[in-house]
Amino acid sequence: MAGEVIVRVRGLVNRFDGPPVHDGLDLDIHRGEVLGVVGGSGTGKSVLLRTIIGLNRARAGSVELLGTDMIHGSETELRAARQRFGVLFQDGALFSSLTVIQNIQVPLREFHHLPRDLLDEIALAKLRMVGLPPDAGGKYPAELSGGMRKRAGLARALALDPEIVFLDEPTAGLDPIGAAAFDQLVRDLQQALGLTVFMVTHDLDSLHAICDRIAVLAERRVLVAGPMETMLKHDHPWVREYFHGPRARAAAVTAVLEER
Amino acid sequence: MDMGGLQIEQDGQTLRILLSGVWGLPSAAGLDRRIAAIHAGGVRHAVIDTSGLERLDTAGAVLLHRLWRRLAAQGAKVEWPAPRPEYRTLFDYVADSGEGKVIRPPKESGALALVAWVGWLTLFFLREARRFIAFIGRVAESAAKVALQPRRLRLTSMVHHMEEAGLRAIPIVGLLSFLIGVVMAYQGADQLRRFGAEIFVVDLIGISVLRELGVLLTAILIAGRSGSAFTAQIGTMKVNEEIAAMRILGLDPVEILVLPRMFALILTMPLLTFYADIMGLFGGAIMAWSSLNIDLNLFAQRLQDAVSLKTFFVGLVKAPVFAALIGMVGCYEGLRVKQDAASVGRLTTRSVVQSIFLVIVVDALFSIMFSIMGI
Repeated sequence: MAGEVIVRVRGLVNRFDGPPVHDGLDLDIHRGEVLGVVGGSGTGKSVLLRTIIGLNRARAGSVELLGTDMIHGSETELRAARQRFGVLFQDGALFSSLTVIQNIQVPLREFHHLPRDLLDEIALAKLRMVGLPPDAGGKYPAELSGGMRKRAGLARALALDPEIVFLDEPTAGLDPIGAAAFDQLVRDLQQALGLTVFMVTHDLDSLHAICDRIAVLAERRVLVAGPMETMLKHDHPWVREYFHGPRARAAAVTAVLEER
Repeated sequence: MDMGGLQIEQDGQTLRILLSGVWGLPSAAGLDRRIAAIHAGGVRHAVIDTSGLERLDTAGAVLLHRLWRRLAAQGAKVEWPAPRPEYRTLFDYVADSGEGKVIRPPKESGALALVAWVGWLTLFFLREARRFIAFIGRVAESAAKVALQPRRLRLTSMVHHMEEAGLRAIPIVGLLSFLIGVVMAYQGADQLRRFGAEIFVVDLIGISVLRELGVLLTAILIAGRSGSAFTAQIGTMKVNEEIAAMRILGLDPVEILVLPRMFALILTMPLLTFYADIMGLFGGAIMAWSSLNIDLNLFAQRLQDAVSLKTFFVGLVKAPVFAALIGMVGCYEGLRVKQDAASVGRLTTRSVVQSIFLVIVVDALFSIMFSIMGI
């Protein structure tokens, strides 16, 4: 699955107070793949995500997303680029004063002038896509469970039919059943809509179940990127620990059993 | 990229609709109008041809579904030969989601809403009052326990809050009292000069500052400065589930959080009030001197004649009562915070408004009481 490269990160340097978080980080994302990003606490997974989507300006290096320079691009260029990707923040980041339907319609209203009944129909279709019942649309985020909030957040991320979606720990805080269902949802939508998915995750089950490629962040850069087989063979101590630890073995067994 | 388009060809009983370009968000509004204008009266078959379509997104699929519904409603049998699988997938999502049945939060209007609102507000106030009285009871219970076993008082915490709420409030309390004294003197002098009774400005300042303004101003500043801080601190702990952890560990949040804060205010507020009184008189004296030529000596003499010690104590005695009120309201609202961060902000605002409101109500009660007692 080596499609065209749609996100290209080169020589990225990020530094807040103290030692650099990233130093010369390179990463490619190919069209149509599901890329999982893993790494220990403090290795800058979320910082990487925020840098790629233009929320954090790096000290040095380049980030090109669908042909747009996300570090030096003008506000107009960034605004155009924002219509082509969607982001699911950790707890959904839904606007608490709006209902779910209104949340989904925010980007639609911002970028397009559409009659209200059409907006409603589009939002309902998104709701259906992420597996939420229509009556969830009239509820406020505070009235939803964690899993439903993530689904609603995903629906908002998908509102403009983006080419790529960024997910920040999508299964964190979900029970195993909910997490598996969310993984399945991401996989289904990715295939149905031809999406590219970038996801930061700690969930070994997600990595086994839906990721085409995995990128490991360590030592301030992408230590290794490739499919699960590459990870299993890699001999860096952290990578070995991560993919061969007790939890990894359990996840691997489940994945193998499911494939039979 | 082509904007989306559609072309209609009629061939006897069959209507062919050819879709072209990109059916998506940018062209959705225009396409929607064109679909609404289609008339297929009397046609038996309608064929939707998507072979010329470049791209279809969700909005496009919604429009396609609308087109389908419109044709079907006009009596045509609709066909969609050989759709691309990804178009079909999208179309099925849209078809399954029903037709624009969006549930909106109910909107009430008119007289009924007003009545409902008044009723709700009344109940809210009554319930709130009951809860707050229950809270005062709990605080009193904890205070009694601490009085029996003084070792249970968290001295470190109390001293910390005395510094935060008392010592650090000195500059602002002093400055504002001074300015109030200046303003009172200036306004009073203006009026009294007409009667040639400038000297009474000293009585005016002495009585108003010592009896009411000093303590009231201090209370309002402390409510805004420390009452709000109490709500925010305790509220944040509530969000972090620290309060729940305390209870589980057998610690009483009222004893650990509320009492030190409340006692800190009760102890420091009389001191701050005294300081505010002095600064208010000082401001008045400076103004009287500069605009009425009443020098400081004369001011002090007149003040001794005009104001009795009683006046001073009538003001000061209110300070610990106001302090207890502010401390309790601040902590009470903090403990009412729910799990969400948004309620911290809301309740902090409410805590300030409520404590200032209660301070002024109690001040009025004091006035009534003093006048009955003849003070």
